[in-house]
Amino acid sequence: MKILIVGGGMGGTIVANNLARRLERELRSGKAQITMLSASERHMYQPGLLYTSIGRLAPDELYRDQRSLLEPEIEFHVDPVETFDLDNNQVVTKSGKTHGYDQLVIATGSRAAPETIPGLAENSVNCYSEAAALEMLRQVRDFKGGTVGIVVGVPHKCPMIPLEVTFVLHDYFKEKGIADKVQFQYTYPIGRIHALAPVAEWATGEFAKLGINTTTLFNMKEVDGNKIVHSEEGETVDAELLVAVPPHRGMEVIEKNKLGGNGFIPTDRHSLLMEGRDNVYIVGDTTNLPISKAGSTAHFEAETVAENLAALIKFGTTVRDYDGKVFCFIEAGKERATYAMFDYNNPPAPKAPNKAVHWFKMAYNQLYWASARGLL
Amino acid sequence: MSERKIIDARGTYCPGPLMELIAGMKQIEVGDELEVLSTDEGSVSDVPEWINKVGHEMVETTQEGDVWHIVVRKAK
Ligand SMILES: Cc1cc2nc3c(=O)[nH]c(=O)nc-3n(C[C@H](O)[C@H](O)[C@H](O)COP(=O)(O)OP(=O)(O)OC[C@H]3O[C@@H](n4cnc5c(N)ncnc54)[C@H](O)[C@@H]3O)c2cc1C
Repeated sequence: MKILIVGGGMGGTIVANNLARRLERELRSGKAQITMLSASERHMYQPGLLYTSIGRLAPDELYRDQRSLLEPEIEFHVDPVETFDLDNNQVVTKSGKTHGYDQLVIATGSRAAPETIPGLAENSVNCYSEAAALEMLRQVRDFKGGTVGIVVGVPHKCPMIPLEVTFVLHDYFKEKGIADKVQFQYTYPIGRIHALAPVAEWATGEFAKLGINTTTLFNMKEVDGNKIVHSEEGETVDAELLVAVPPHRGMEVIEKNKLGGNGFIPTDRHSLLMEGRDNVYIVGDTTNLPISKAGSTAHFEAETVAENLAALIKFGTTVRDYDGKVFCFIEAGKERATYAMFDYNNPPAPKAPNKAVHWFKMAYNQLYWASARGLL
Repeated sequence: MSERKIIDARGTYCPGPLMELIAGMKQIEVGDELEVLSTDEGSVSDVPEWINKVGHEMVETTQEGDVWHIVVRKAK
């Protein structure tokens, strides 16, 4: 069986390594073959970008060589896919090569698209790519005081970023000794300051202590040249430094191949099969599922897909459904953190933040690489 | 003819039904409808609050077991 994995980020890497371990014998005998096609020879630890944007983590520390993260039996090519020919079970890459498959996994991720809101790209900073994080660092360092506006588009990758970027910048300006010259204006798309109700409740208290102003039900419509953000709800936010969590889209290749609106592929919430296909699995940010676009989601989905692909060879059938599981660390400042875990049947019930969870989260920044290797 | 798209947000907490609806509204044409499936009773009040604030239209809200079907129309 030929298994082709498109995308070498969090989701694709875990599918590949998990599968390679499960199919050790089959790979050796030639009964199974795993190929990964990706767009980069490097793998980025994306959560680190937040710290790059305030000068706490150097860009080179964000990366590992992708080949070094993969089990040796996995065939790996840096050659991005340009055409998905799903009716003929094949893809065509940038270099012009055709790769056939029996089972396909698409895990090409998502990208920030500030250009989809008029004026946003020109008038704001964000931490969603290395170049953007470095530009954010430059503007944050040069900021002498005034209003910092936090604006949030939908959908966006990593639901904790709006709160985290606010806390991190607040600490940054406090350390710099200019906290008294900086006001924060935090906005959020729905009627509370975070999607998860218990998190919103906790953060409301923290923001009040720090004097951070909030406006809810605020969805960006356009930004004018004076960094004034106009919302669809008819309100405005005026800032000297505008920090955006831009709306996201899937990758262009998904849109061009008409696999899904805005680059997100219609996916069955339990089997993770692409709707209407029985040999195309979708993992991570690329799905259109209404769940968090986060590394942990990609991780749990990848484990389900790897187990099922291995089971197709070993049992002749899939054996497990994805249960909607998501796990998120929540940094609470003052070296405390907590976490939220939930799935389709169990709502989140985060406990009070403590130091132990914070130190575990710090350790996880390194453990990420073990996790990508499929060892955690 | 207007179209109706369904967002199945049953049992999802983050981003949650309202944020999915806000994202979904950007992808449909004026006059088209979105039907959100939610198991969160809060959606019954927070969806109309946003729809009215922005100036879209509520079409109907029905309950089947523990699932609410909330239908809205893009008005502008
Ligand atoms: C600033 C920031 C902070 C974050 N913090 C957290 C956090 O604290 N916790 C958390 O759980 N998540 C966090 N995330 C989110 C997490 O990083 C993503 O959700 C996760 O990486 C998604 O995995 P993925 O496999 O779907 O996509 P990605 O990891 O983005 O991988 C996509 C892969 O596809 C490849 N690719 C793209 N186009 C093609 C093509 N045409 N052909 C072949 N390959 C292609 C890319 O090269 C890449 O290897 C954060 C993200 C950011 C940006």
